[in-house]
Amino acid sequence: MAQVIVVTSGKGGVGKTTSSAAFATGLAQAGKKTVVIDFDVGLRNLDLIMGVERRVVFDIVNVITGEAKLNQALIRDKRVDSLSILPASQTRDKDALTKEGVATIIEELSQEFDYILCDSPAGIEKGALLALYFADQAIVVTNPEVSSVRDSDRILGVLQSKSKRAEEKRDPVKEHLIVTRYDPNRVEKGEMLKLDDIREILAIPLLGVIPESESVLKASNTGNPVILDGVSNAGQAYKDAVARFLGEDRPHRFIDPEKRGFLSRLFGGRAA
Amino acid sequence: MSWLDVFRGKSKPPPTSAGAAKERLQIVLAHERISRAGDDFLPRLQRELIQVVARYVSIDPKAVNVSLDRGGDMSTLAIEVELPPPSKDAPADAKPEARAS
Repeated sequence: MAQVIVVTSGKGGVGKTTSSAAFATGLAQAGKKTVVIDFDVGLRNLDLIMGVERRVVFDIVNVITGEAKLNQALIRDKRVDSLSILPASQTRDKDALTKEGVATIIEELSQEFDYILCDSPAGIEKGALLALYFADQAIVVTNPEVSSVRDSDRILGVLQSKSKRAEEKRDPVKEHLIVTRYDPNRVEKGEMLKLDDIREILAIPLLGVIPESESVLKASNTGNPVILDGVSNAGQAYKDAVARFLGEDRPHRFIDPEKRGFLSRLFGGRAA
Repeated sequence: MSWLDVFRGKSKPPPTSAGAAKERLQIVLAHERISRAGDDFLPRLQRELIQVVARYVSIDPKAVNVSLDRGGDMSTLAIEVELPPPSKDAPADAKPEARAS
């Protein structure tokens, strides 16, 4: 039976799609049969981040309405075996996604895949609720910033009350925290919320910290999930997070400021 | 802080904006979490109240209003039960709401 994982945050622009793309790619690299579904109907973007935008023929709404078979809509990734993408529709009809339709798709995907990642839209409207409804696990993406932390707390409340697991009073959705755009230098200067403070406030297990990194924009420019950039800090941090998710014990990296040189420390100069 | 700061006359660092962020978040979330947990029991409370009150007086279930108002220092739970007029020949204009419902 496949595990359904929702990547969610409440707030927009914090890195849900970047994280979904990286995580799905990482799971597939680890040999897991993985499919990532874009739930952002009307504002499809996972296809761009995954670099498959020119191969979209059918989308999730076509499958729900019966215009296409699931296998026709799934896009097989050309870089990593065992990775597929199910794009969102660009329709403006918000009611195109239905709970029954999504249930059928997830049921069918469960036969073939180990992991089904659901890339949630921002907000707590229908699309976001549907993305999290079937989840067994949730990856909550948070920026070290007040509005993002608050919205993450809100979405945790929604997970605990509105998911299928909550409704059926089964074991709760397993929650994981990913902090993105973390800048240890600004944290040291007291300009950014500390990792420990975010952990204390949200009180869910930490899966990974992705440092603020130029490589994330470069990756989205070219349509390559940043996890494929093994040189970049962000790529390595995502790799660590995937390994932790699969049960490996890895220390958190990139959470302390880079070591400053002796002279720079002596004279109080700014870290490079 | 570098050792030169001793001569620059820097003492304790001023309170940071990150500290303010943490404090504000803790306050607002404490408040939001309570009201999140609290929202759920109101409909049940209202249903049960109607059952209890209906045992003693006949009431219109729609004429029961339960509201919870949370303030910083004090919260109020207001329960308003509108009783129907004592009999049918009571003056109609005494309880216009009851007649409407």
